[in-house]
Amino acid sequence: MPAVEHRLILKHADTPGYTPDLACYQRHGGYDVLKKALALAPKTTPDGKTLSPQEQLRQEVTTSGLRGRGGAGFSCGMKWSLVDRKSGKPIYLVCNADESEPGTFKDRQIIYKDPHQLLEGMIISSFANDVRLAYIYIRGEFVEGAKILNRAIAEARAAGFLGRNILAAGFDLEIHVHRGAGAYICGEETGLIESLEGKRPYPRIKPPYFPAVLGLYQCPTIVNNVETLCHVKHIVAMGGAEYAKLGTPNNTGTRIVCLSGQVQRPGYFEVEVGKATLREIIFDPAFGGGLRDGRKLKTIIPGGVSSKVFKAGEKVKLKGRGPDGKETVNELDVLDLPYDFTSLMAAGSMSGSGAVIVLDDSTDIVAALANISTFFAHESCGQCTPCREGSLWMSKALDRLTHGGGRAQDADYLAKIADNIPGGRTICAFGEACSWPVQSFVGKFKDEFAAKGAADQARRQNNGQAATKT
Amino acid sequence: MTFAVPANLEAEIDELVSHYPQKRSASLMVLHALQDHFGYLTPAAMEWTAAKLGLQPINVLELVTFYPMFRQQPVGRFHLKICRTLSCALGGSHELHRQLCAKLGLDAHAHGAQTTKDGRFTVEFVECLASCGTAPVMMVNDDFYEGVTPQKADEIIGKYTS
Repeated sequence: MPAVEHRLILKHADTPGYTPDLACYQRHGGYDVLKKALALAPKTTPDGKTLSPQEQLRQEVTTSGLRGRGGAGFSCGMKWSLVDRKSGKPIYLVCNADESEPGTFKDRQIIYKDPHQLLEGMIISSFANDVRLAYIYIRGEFVEGAKILNRAIAEARAAGFLGRNILAAGFDLEIHVHRGAGAYICGEETGLIESLEGKRPYPRIKPPYFPAVLGLYQCPTIVNNVETLCHVKHIVAMGGAEYAKLGTPNNTGTRIVCLSGQVQRPGYFEVEVGKATLREIIFDPAFGGGLRDGRKLKTIIPGGVSSKVFKAGEKVKLKGRGPDGKETVNELDVLDLPYDFTSLMAAGSMSGSGAVIVLDDSTDIVAALANISTFFAHESCGQCTPCREGSLWMSKALDRLTHGGGRAQDADYLAKIADNIPGGRTICAFGEACSWPVQSFVGKFKDEFAAKGAADQARRQNNGQAATKT
Repeated sequence: MTFAVPANLEAEIDELVSHYPQKRSASLMVLHALQDHFGYLTPAAMEWTAAKLGLQPINVLELVTFYPMFRQQPVGRFHLKICRTLSCALGGSHELHRQLCAKLGLDAHAHGAQTTKDGRFTVEFVECLASCGTAPVMMVNDDFYEGVTPQKADEIIGKYTS
């Protein structure tokens, strides 16, 4: 069956005439799910335990199988279950709207077109987790987005969906918008928390600083992505079990895939997780529509620039189970990978933030990696030496290589640096993020890197000889 | 000269500070408010922020030097920020940058932000602006432009020069 869009989060966003104000949102059923959540009564389970409304909501999210849409794909129900609820300290919810992984532009659609959906998701999530104060950490460049959210918050407060005694249910909540100021590392949750505390966004070491226990102001804190929080609303609306029927096992629900680079129709598409393959996302006329005329696929960055790239024609092995229950190993073309969390990870990369970047055969692969490495060298926070120095060395070497100053050994040199940054040598996953593209580009296109370096070196030697002769 | 914050701006800042259980949290929001008003952040503005939030000036300076959006020098009246990162680069952001620099008489190869002599325009490459599907993209002050073709770039410049 060909893949189709399944719009849950973006159901209304692009409908002509749909506006980001409260009246429009409510005409489309807005805040009905919040009313349902706040009206829940304690429930007694068959084994005689009584579940509070909050516990029931958290149970639904766990049942739904929702995985975080920010990048790591961590179970949302699990994240919530780790929250220290006995500390006596307030619990905070922070919405990560930093959207800074290059290739990603999905949260922008939600914030700019349907901000109340995010607020409703946040209010329900806050109620479910006994949160009284929540923040939206929005990237500084979303200037208009911050204004839209502030207007939405004011409307929601005036309508009694925020503030004291929400819908007369005895629940108080304030949400404030906090603007970042252009630093990628603020997307890392502990860096984000530091930034929200008014400091440099240096990620914290884990353990002990797991946000669920020691987060904002050393209090238990939940950090969830914009899209994840919106899904919570739909999970509560549909019921966790019903939601889990969307998508594929262990990859439930829908997700917004961002497609950019050298395709006919770049854009964002909401699909059931795992129901569309990379081939469909890139080539199907309903999605990317294929490459530009006369071009061939060269490589796919499957989950934002920090994910490991796939080379066109690459074969990957996926483990599965046959009808007899025995383990099977399926070899398939990388394009036939279902675009979900599990398959991409099994294939040695990740779906990350849902950002697919396509490069065709007109691309200079060395220049593409140089572009990515410049980004990481600019964005390393500088706390850990391997990342601070390594990201810069890689960027400098690639810069030389793109400007005619390459050396024959540069491919090996790059690989060696990249291999020595990740793997527990840094406080946060930025170390991995800056190394993975280098490891995979250089690993999979080694001949191109080596040839470029050797050609540069040979040219310099020839020039040198010519210079000596004259 | 003393650093004077107008009463309405200070009221706005006090409101922002009230959003947080700890005043220090408001640092970025206060700096944004001051930079929006004054154009850039002077040592006096940072000292004022520190005093407002019960911090040492170094606590504020270390933010201004870290976060790319904060600046200690004035920029042109129209600040053009062109996305440099991969999808926009594939979509022609370098050509866009060269076109804008040529049009405004700036050196496209110089490092960092370039400002015209009349102080009207600043052109700068920035990292990903999160709209990769409509590459190349740019911002002019707080306004966002996507799918900036050479023709569209001319129109945008025309809009701000007229």
